[in-house]
Amino acid sequence: MRTEIFFTIIGMALVTYLPRMLPLVVLHRLPLPGPVYRWLGYVPVAVMAALLGPALAMPQGELQLTWTNKFFLAALPTFLLAVKTRSLVATVIAGILAAALLNICL
Amino acid sequence: MPPDETTLAAPAVTAAHEFFSGVREAVPIVLGYLPIGFAYGIIAAKTGLSTLETVLMSVLVYAGASQFIAAGLIAAGAGFGTIVATTFLVNLRHLLMSAALFPWLRGLRAPTRAGLAFELTDETFALATTVFQKRAATAPFLAGLQLTAQFTWVLSSLAGALSGSLLTSVNRFGLDFALPAMFIALLVLQLRSRVHLAAAGIAAACSLLFAQLIPGNWNVILAAVIAATAGMFLEGGSKNRAD
Repeated sequence: MRTEIFFTIIGMALVTYLPRMLPLVVLHRLPLPGPVYRWLGYVPVAVMAALLGPALAMPQGELQLTWTNKFFLAALPTFLLAVKTRSLVATVIAGILAAALLNICL
Repeated sequence: MPPDETTLAAPAVTAAHEFFSGVREAVPIVLGYLPIGFAYGIIAAKTGLSTLETVLMSVLVYAGASQFIAAGLIAAGAGFGTIVATTFLVNLRHLLMSAALFPWLRGLRAPTRAGLAFELTDETFALATTVFQKRAATAPFLAGLQLTAQFTWVLSSLAGALSGSLLTSVNRFGLDFALPAMFIALLVLQLRSRVHLAAAGIAAACSLLFAQLIPGNWNVILAAVIAATAGMFLEGGSKNRAD
């Protein structure tokens, strides 16, 4: 292994681990007021929607709000199934099938 | 015994049971990571990373987007500083997830929390926070979930690095939609109130807008902060009206 690449990977590992670890470890020492807990309660939904928006509307990295956007099209039945079944595995499998079908049809 | 250590004092049988229950919950993530880890392995090998370097990055860094970006930067001849700084910015969003996991894991000892933090990803975070609505958050459960996820990631990047470009057409089978589909299901499961729905809408819209305006991955963290803050205020507002 090349030394420069090795140290680059170590550096990447450190700067990736710190944000993952610091809040979980340090927050214990700070008394968190109630509103902060309420705020944190909305973070999961907010993070997921913030990741999903671009993933569906710009799958290739550019805004693609057209009927040729397979991810956007596949998302429609997937959302519907998620609401109806509330099953994670069923939704993922249906989503994969929808995307595969769209790949064949378009 | 201090009250906050009770969750750790589970008997061995229960710990093993919890661990494997975490492994089982990881199935959707396994489906999603397989094709992406495989693609990363192929791309990293193509940019000239050795198999060992490719896999070491999956073991030590374990962050999908930044591994793709790093492979691209190495191919473009970028140096240590550029790659590490870019990785830091791309992965800064985990600050928010780590903080949001804290209320569930506060009963665990600090070293346990520090260990579990190593394998925190967008996907394990989304899955864990959804599952924790219905079950207790224990260290063995989260360890089972996260180890399975990373094991999949490491193994699929190894397979990709070894395969060269034999199977680049996995996306044809719709597998590239596995993770978006998982996020859709998890998001729907977490929409417990109108305020959650509003927060999700605000987050998606802001994230899309910022993705057009700001380079890098800032859109996710900025949009999530704005939407969570809006959710908090909307919750206060709807409570006041009810009073």
